Amino acid sequence: MKFSIERGVLLKAVSQAQSVVERRNTIPILANVLIEAEGDNVQFRATDLDIEVVDRAPAQVERAGATTVAATTLHEIVRKLPDGALVTLTADSAAGRLTVEAGRSNFSLATLPKEDFPVMASSEYQSNFSAPAPVLRRLFDKSKFAISTEETRYYLNGVYMHVAESDGQKVLRCVATDGHRLARIDADLPQGAEDMPGVIVPRKTVGELRKLLDDDDMQIAVSVSETKVRFATPDITLTSKVIDGTFPDYARVIPLHNTRRLEVDAREFAAAVDRVATVSSERSRAVKMQMENDRLVLSVNAPDSGAAEEELAVAYSDEPLEIGFNAKYLLEIASQVDRENAVFLFNSAGDPTLMREGNDDSAIYVVMPMRV
Amino acid sequence: MPALCRDCLSELQDNRRCPNCGSPRVVSHPELFDLTIAHMDCDAFYASVEKRDNPELADKPVIIGGGKRGVVSTACYIARIRGVRSAMPMFQALRLCPDAVVLRPRMDAYAEVSRKIRAMMEELTPAVEPLSLDEAFMDLSGTRRLHGAPPAVMLARLVRRMKDELGVTGSIGLSHNKFLAKVASDLDKPRGFSVIGRAETADFLKDKPVSLIWGVGPSAQAALDRAGIRTISDLLRWDRSALHERFGSMGDRLWHLARGQDRRAVSANAPVKSISNETTFAEDIADPDILDGHLWRMSEKVADRAKAKRLAGRVVTLKLKRADHALLTRRVALRDATQIADRIYRTARALFAQVADRAPFRLLGVGLSELYPEAQADISGDLLDPDAARRARAERTADEIRRKFGPNAIIKGRALR
Repeated sequence: MKFSIERGVLLKAVSQAQSVVERRNTIPILANVLIEAEGDNVQFRATDLDIEVVDRAPAQVERAGATTVAATTLHEIVRKLPDGALVTLTADSAAGRLTVEAGRSNFSLATLPKEDFPVMASSEYQSNFSAPAPVLRRLFDKSKFAISTEETRYYLNGVYMHVAESDGQKVLRCVATDGHRLARIDADLPQGAEDMPGVIVPRKTVGELRKLLDDDDMQIAVSVSETKVRFATPDITLTSKVIDGTFPDYARVIPLHNTRRLEVDAREFAAAVDRVATVSSERSRAVKMQMENDRLVLSVNAPDSGAAEEELAVAYSDEPLEIGFNAKYLLEIASQVDRENAVFLFNSAGDPTLMREGNDDSAIYVVMPMRV
Repeated sequence: MPALCRDCLSELQDNRRCPNCGSPRVVSHPELFDLTIAHMDCDAFYASVEKRDNPELADKPVIIGGGKRGVVSTACYIARIRGVRSAMPMFQALRLCPDAVVLRPRMDAYAEVSRKIRAMMEELTPAVEPLSLDEAFMDLSGTRRLHGAPPAVMLARLVRRMKDELGVTGSIGLSHNKFLAKVASDLDKPRGFSVIGRAETADFLKDKPVSLIWGVGPSAQAALDRAGIRTISDLLRWDRSALHERFGSMGDRLWHLARGQDRRAVSANAPVKSISNETTFAEDIADPDILDGHLWRMSEKVADRAKAKRLAGRVVTLKLKRADHALLTRRVALRDATQIADRIYRTARALFAQVADRAPFRLLGVGLSELYPEAQADISGDLLDPDAARRARAERTADEIRRKFGPNAIIKGRALR
């Protein structure tokens, strides 16, 4: 195998591959990227056995072939090469080496046989549809902060992507929760997605997927089966197993009848929460919200380090209420709001609180209060 | 040889009977007035409090414990003469001593007396380390000038005061470290005063069984037995490195304790780092329902102790030992600390599910660590488990009922498995 490729193109392809590779590996081949050159293209493939990413890039192929080489080493080399350099990769299968040449730099890397590389079995997808990158970006960006890291509830370690009904309309919905907060984000159902089975997309896959979604004009081809999900652009294909578990019935935890309504400028609110939380160094900092007559007082009282208070002008006309939240959770949900005011709907100081953007029900957040 | 009358507190020189008051309760020992580390252990504490509060019981055998199917918590000395022991099943105790008066424990009353004893101990030294309601270590080093009397005299005065003012008796062990002080307090019960001096330490320990050592329970004893170690002299034959190699950190401890060396300080308010409870089964268990019952009981005990100490923990640990003694531990950090048995149990159960297929097990334990004051316990609920708050309230109510009517007044069905 021998081919030449522009450094920038190579870097982009290799960096996507190396981020899938796990840093600590007990199986040596899993640290490697499989490089396959054929026609006018080179393909880079990496896997951790749960996720597989394949990246295609144009190259001048002199001799077709394939080999595998350590992904992080190759990535580091390419990253340190000067911009605009032309890089030539040559595999010497007899010596078991891959040479990387650029200008006066020359590297010789150990390889492992391509036959040892585990390629993810292809499968039948029940549902294939296409969705614009910004739609998927919104669905996952606004929900991923609520993904749980708790291993005992592994079925919460991802985003539940499924078809749901909202106001009689079918929607594509992403839900994530860790038992303390929950995000439920809806988008118009893309054509062809009606029969999509609900799947839990693992946290790591959500992170890898994000790299495919930066281009506003890109259409993403999505394929879903009971066990796998695939997201593809013309250059990159990301295939992932989904979490084998049942996502809990989240609908019953979303409070629909909370009546006390607070409307507040989300940016001002987040900045004020951030400021008052500074005085507490506790792991779970509690912020108290006191509301009465269009006034919101945010306060933190940390007996060991100090106290803080800040008042905000808001819209609140219901009975006075005092309720406490984890500062981090409040900040996280407030920072999801980007266009309008944040609307909070409370019941009592012990019940889940709902937050949404204005009157828009397509993105709602639920957060559990804490005792203060 | 220095001696002390435990009744009139006269300091004497080797008298058999006190020349001042005629009492035979004289303790004499060459190092009597030089030793400073003490262990005070009340005699049949719960039973003594009951007898004090109800003089009719004075000459009757009294057993404190829970119900016919429960176990003996404390037996008075009259019942002990008939063979009743703590932790004995109640039916067996009643067979030995059918005329016994069985009383349910009144923890509030015992705690009240315990607080008063503690206050008396704290008048002697700030270094008081309570081990439970009825026993504590005291370090009286450097208090002689303050009290104008050596520690031995002050300790004799303490137990005399306990008897006069509170109507309960205690036994004192006086030595040069905690290990030996605790051993000593048990040598001459009830109303004992025993001294183990530096000079006789080695001789004293020589022929004692290893089970004398604090922390060597049945399972450590069995492991030592397999290595041919039954007495402390057997231990002395091992080098330090060989003991360490075979028994790990316990080996190091045994090496020191066998020589009567124990450098642990008596520390008041030693911060509790973790609360745990474990049980070794009579035979290995594979049945998941039976294991689940143990999981609940261990979780409940841990929660009870956390509540008693007004603490809550954020990390729940599950410990299991397989039939071949291989140890499995799993731990998980909760979002906020808890002291609720239900939450500890559910967390431990999720951990158990990860390793359930490795049964049978010979030991199961549940622990709580990363402790916080109880004000920080269970401060937020779980969205996905809306009933948790209701179950926690039910548990608090059940705790109240138990406080009023005894520990078995209300229990969960799963505790019966």
